Amino acid sequence: MAEPLIQIENLYKVFGKNPASVMTLVHEGRSKEDILAETGHTLGLKNINLTINKGEIFVIMGLSGSGKSTMIRHFNRLIEPTEGVIRVENTDVMKLSAKELEQFRRHKMSMVFQRFGLMPHRTVLDNVAYGLSIQGVDKAERNGKAREWLETVGLAGYEEQYPAQLSGGQQQRVGLARALCTDAEILLMDEAFSALDPLIRSEMQDQLIQLQEQLHKTIIFITHDLDEALRIGDRIAILKDGEMVQQGTPDEILLNPATGYVEAFVKDVNRARALTVETVMKPPARRITADTIGEALEQMKRIRGDYAYYVSDDGYQGVVTQQALEDANSETPFEEVVEAIPHVAPDAILESVIPETLESQYSLPVVDEEGELKGELSRRSLAEVLGDAESQTAAESSDNRG
Amino acid sequence: MADSSWLTKFPQMDRSDLLAIRKSLDSAYRDFSREYGDVIESFFDPLLTFLVWFEKLLLSTPWWLMIAIIVGLVYAASRSWKLCAGVLISFLLIGYFGMWNDTMRTMSIITVCTLVAIGLGIPIGILMARSDRAQNIITPMLDVMQTMPAFVYLIPVVMLLGIGKIPGVIAVVIYAIPPVIRLTNLGIRLVDREVLEAATAYGANARQRLLGVQLPLALPTIMAGINQTIMMALSMVVIASMIGVKGLGQPVLKSITNQYFTVGLLNGLAIVALAIMFDRVSQSYAKRTQRHMEGVQNG
Ligand SMILES: Nc1ncnc2c1ncn2[C@@H]1O[C@H](COP(=O)(O)OP(=O)(O)O)[C@@H](O)[C@H]1O
Ligand SMILES: [Mg+2]
Repeated sequence: MAEPLIQIENLYKVFGKNPASVMTLVHEGRSKEDILAETGHTLGLKNINLTINKGEIFVIMGLSGSGKSTMIRHFNRLIEPTEGVIRVENTDVMKLSAKELEQFRRHKMSMVFQRFGLMPHRTVLDNVAYGLSIQGVDKAERNGKAREWLETVGLAGYEEQYPAQLSGGQQQRVGLARALCTDAEILLMDEAFSALDPLIRSEMQDQLIQLQEQLHKTIIFITHDLDEALRIGDRIAILKDGEMVQQGTPDEILLNPATGYVEAFVKDVNRARALTVETVMKPPARRITADTIGEALEQMKRIRGDYAYYVSDDGYQGVVTQQALEDANSETPFEEVVEAIPHVAPDAILESVIPETLESQYSLPVVDEEGELKGELSRRSLAEVLGDAESQTAAESSDNRG
Repeated sequence: MADSSWLTKFPQMDRSDLLAIRKSLDSAYRDFSREYGDVIESFFDPLLTFLVWFEKLLLSTPWWLMIAIIVGLVYAASRSWKLCAGVLISFLLIGYFGMWNDTMRTMSIITVCTLVAIGLGIPIGILMARSDRAQNIITPMLDVMQTMPAFVYLIPVVMLLGIGKIPGVIAVVIYAIPPVIRLTNLGIRLVDREVLEAATAYGANARQRLLGVQLPLALPTIMAGINQTIMMALSMVVIASMIGVKGLGQPVLKSITNQYFTVGLLNGLAIVALAIMFDRVSQSYAKRTQRHMEGVQNG
């Protein structure tokens, strides 16, 4: 399933006059500050290892100066590593000649920049077609394609404008269309949305997620914003002072921060908004499958609860209480004791199910699209997960309810 | 030692030594110019042919056609009727005051000098922008070219090539070329790093980056350099006329020696009119090509 596309091994980057000369210090494990003070060289990246799979959105996150831009510029060798291996599919990127590297950049990867990087002297259409014009594709063909991509990102009608005539959000859409227009498999995005207003930013995030559902690109996305990382990342790597401190899925990072640094990052995240029901639910222990009242009472005794979920061959049906079973006589049809209560989807955002969870007197059943009972979400597990987070987060979610 | 006069008087080198140095340098250069003068002169022959042809062309074109062409060019470059009217009136006055032929000669040499300066200056500027070492070597040379009094480098040029159009062009180009070199270098170095990086990231090679990104984005700065180069070339006209360049400079020179105030003033004004015309036209052309840089915010 997960097919590795990009591999980075033991990557080091030192900035300065003679990087090779300080590599011994770096390998001895001296700190970035020490090395800077002693030799005047900046340690940009230190022993980075990562594997990026085909079709995933891989987010690299870190504070300003942590080496994110340096990192992403290694994938297409805009920056040369001091040491290390970069492999894309089976190509050793470090072994490419200048000409081969040009071809590699033209066809394999495209890039979106923080301050857009558009050419101010070219029209929007020419900007989008830029990659193809570099490849020597003829004008009619590249303009046709550029028009299609402009339409996809919602900028049809702006073809003849110049970038300076567009708003920031529109300019970045042009940047995105330019990146998509070359049909490159890999998309590098260096803080692509960081320069945008929050509202526009979240629109762009949605658009990216939507596009990705259709296109299945491999996207390397840089951000300094954990909320953004959690929202769009399939996996996240966290950089600190040029070192990788943790890699994992958003849930892993949120629930098991590897170091104090990551924990500090994660602390301010609104977990209710970042986690899904799936990550919090418990396996469904209370489940009965009998379809007569007598058998049901038997099963109910065994699970030692006063209610259970009734699952038939067609999947989840509803909840059955011990009280209802005892009150019923043998003639009562079984369907009558089954009570319908709201159920939630496994991929629902936690925040969206808080009201139901709190209002229901039972744990909520988690039911997937096929009608299968996947788990149960109790008030208690909800409180545990959200309670870990800062009180501010809890206050926020109760505000949302009120 | 008893002789302590070096305390009050600078201990300068022996007069005879200095004389020897001067003599040997001068004669070495003279030998050099005797030896290679002809070769160097023939190297410039094509330029001379062009110069003569172009001057003849300007002089033989009927004045009304010439004015029509100039006004047409001014309009094409600036799209400003006001500027066209100004140019028309200036040329009518120039002709009326009997300075038509000299003005044509000056325009011819200024045009050629500007073309030569651009043709040499932009590549040199590109080279400087590419390499810090080239920049470190060329910058002091430009400083010398701009501050050295023009008369000083007129001497070797005249010794080498004699008096005439070519030495004039060389002197004017040496004097006027630094701005276009400096501003080409500066303009390219100031190109937005991210835009250039974008070009590289999409696989542009060095030539595609230069022609597609660096030069177009540096163009406003380069145009400012060209503009200054033209102005400096015009201000060199009088000095160049001392070594036989015909045009508006010669009557000025004559009126200095003969104290003809009015002649000097009129020819001086004609030079000023040309300068203002070149300046305004090149500036409004530059501005017009940069229209797209002005952001029209439309949400
Ligand atoms: N060209 C360079 N020369 C020297 N130091 C650099 C250079 N580029 C980046 N750095 C240093 O590398 C570190 C990481 O920078 P960068 O990758 O831009 O961080 P980020 O994108 O995460 O903000 C910083 O300490 C920065 O000063
Ligand atoms: Mg950065």
